[in-house]
Parts: sequence; structure tokens; C-alpha cells
Amino acid sequence: VIRAAALAAAAMLALLAPPALAQDCPRTTLGDIEDEVMCPICGTPLGLANEAPQAQQQSAFIERLIADCRSKDEIKRALVAQYGEGVLALPGDESGEDDLGDVLVYAIPALAILLGLAGIGFAALRWRSGRTRRGRPAAAGADESRLDADLERYDL
Amino acid sequence: MRRLLAPVPIAVLGVVLGLVALLAYGLASNEPDRGLEEALQRGEREQAPGLELPRLAGGGVGSLDDYRGKVVVLNFWASWCEPCREESPLLQRWHDRNRKRGALVLGVDALDEIGHARDFVEEYGLTYPMLRDGDGSTRESYGILGFPETFAIDRQGRIAAMARGPVDGKFLRERVAPLLREQA
Repeated sequence: VIRAAALAAAAMLALLAPPALAQDCPRTTLGDIEDEVMCPICGTPLGLANEAPQAQQQSAFIERLIADCRSKDEIKRALVAQYGEGVLALPGDESGEDDLGDVLVYAIPALAILLGLAGIGFAALRWRSGRTRRGRPAAAGADESRLDADLERYDL
Repeated sequence: MRRLLAPVPIAVLGVVLGLVALLAYGLASNEPDRGLEEALQRGEREQAPGLELPRLAGGGVGSLDDYRGKVVVLNFWASWCEPCREESPLLQRWHDRNRKRGALVLGVDALDEIGHARDFVEEYGLTYPMLRDGDGSTRESYGILGFPETFAIDRQGRIAAMARGPVDGKFLRERVAPLLREQA
């Protein structure tokens, strides 16, 4: 009876073991990675190049590593080992090379947005001040005609 | 006129022009180099760009210079490339037939998963030397647009012919075979 109970317990443990291992597995998905890596031959992020044969090979490679419980960083490192640094889509990712390029990639869009906002602000200010200037003579003209009408009414 | 010369519009215009110039530079620098192709169209043979890459199997580094004095059929391929499967048996046959005449095929596996590339070599029984260009860095110097692409290099290390897409018997007969008769 003890032996049967021990076997049953062992069987239970064996059944419980895979979910326990799965919990240790990093929750990486293909969708999580494919926006951050390039399909080098396509020149686009992997997520946009699903039809290209090289992209399909890369996706299959990533899925094998996900099934192998690899983390996102480990998968990216493995991709770099296969396809070189050019496989990384995010500037500053992994390699410490081309620092100026990495800064520019972030700085130029930010600068463009700031300039756009400044331009809109500047145009709005110009428009407001122009409207005020145009509004003044109009208001003065209205006062003048009202005054004329009053004078005519009280003309003795 | 005075309004146009105000400092703020000038600064904004300057920065916008700078951004446009940067965009134009980015687009222009991504254009593949077609210098080799244009030289061939003019009937000129340009020196083949240097090539020094790790071997696909067996370790060590291989170079194009290792084969100076021979006619080299330099074939860029990848295991995910379907047309590469079509031409590989033909390249192997050509290599076997012309090895004793001072010619060879040199394969460069590019942008490929190394395990798949080795499986491909085994599957087609390819015995010609193979180099590995994992990050595809040679694409730029050879102006490669896709895979496969093949360059026929004469005994003086100059590019004498090229084929975009899979090679066929006609290319090897008409563009490569005459190179075998040339002296180093």
C-alpha cells in the first residue's frame, strides 16, 4: 500500500512538474520581439516582413528559442550571433557602437516635433495679434457710427 | 520683406531644410552601389572587392585572395532562398568539371542561420569552398540586391561577368568558360 501511494505521489508530482517549469519560463512572445528586430534583407522590422523567406526563417528561429524558454535578451543575442548587429531595430540596442547615430535617431524626431509645436505656437500668436489689430479699427468704426446716429437723433 | 527676414522664420526654415537634407542623405546612402554593374555595361572589368570571411565549416578564415590566378565563380546564396536550390547542383557540376583547369566555385552564405546553411550544403553535396557572411556586410561592396547573385572573376582578380538571380548553363558557357582560356 505504501509503495502504491509513493508511486501515485510520484505520478502526481510528474503531472505537476511541467506547469511549474512553465512558470519559470520567461513570458516571451514572437510579437514582443518582432518589432524590435529587423529582417536585414527586407530592410524593415521583422513584424512587417512576414512574407519574405528570410523573415520566415528568422521567425521560426525565434519561436524555437521561445519554446526553449529563452528570455527576450537571450533571443536578441542569439539573433545577433546569427545575423550580426544589423538585425537589431532599436538604436542603442545591445551594441555600444555608433553612439552618435543612436542619439541622432532619437534626437531628430524629438527636434522635429518641438519645431512643429513651436511653429504652430508662433503661427497662433501671429494670428491672434493680427486679429486684435484688425479688430480695433472695426470697433472704433462701430463706435463712430453709433455716435453719429446719437448725434443725429439729438440734433436740435 | 522685413517679415521674411525675421530671425524666427529663418531659423525654422534652416532647420526644416536641414531635416530634408538629412532625409535625402539617408535615402541616398541606402541605395545599393551599382558601380560594378555599370563598369560591366561599359565593357570594363573592375577589381573585385576584397573578401575575407569565416569559413562556413571547419573554422578559420577564407579570402578571395587565396584563389588569385584562378577563375572564381563567386556565388552569394542563403538556405532560405528558393532559387539558390535550383542553381546549386549546376554550380557543383561546373566546379567538379573545371577544378583541374584552374577554376572553382566559391560560395558565400549570407544572412542565414548557420545550422540551416550547413544542412543545405550537406543536402546538395556541395564540396566547393564556402564562406559565411552572417551579417551580409559584403552585400554593399558587391552591390547585391538579392539572392542568389553570382560574379565571374578572372585570373587577375577582376569581375568579368555577373548574374542577378540563379545562374544557368548559358551564363557558365558564354560568360565564364571564355575566362578559362585567359592567362593570369
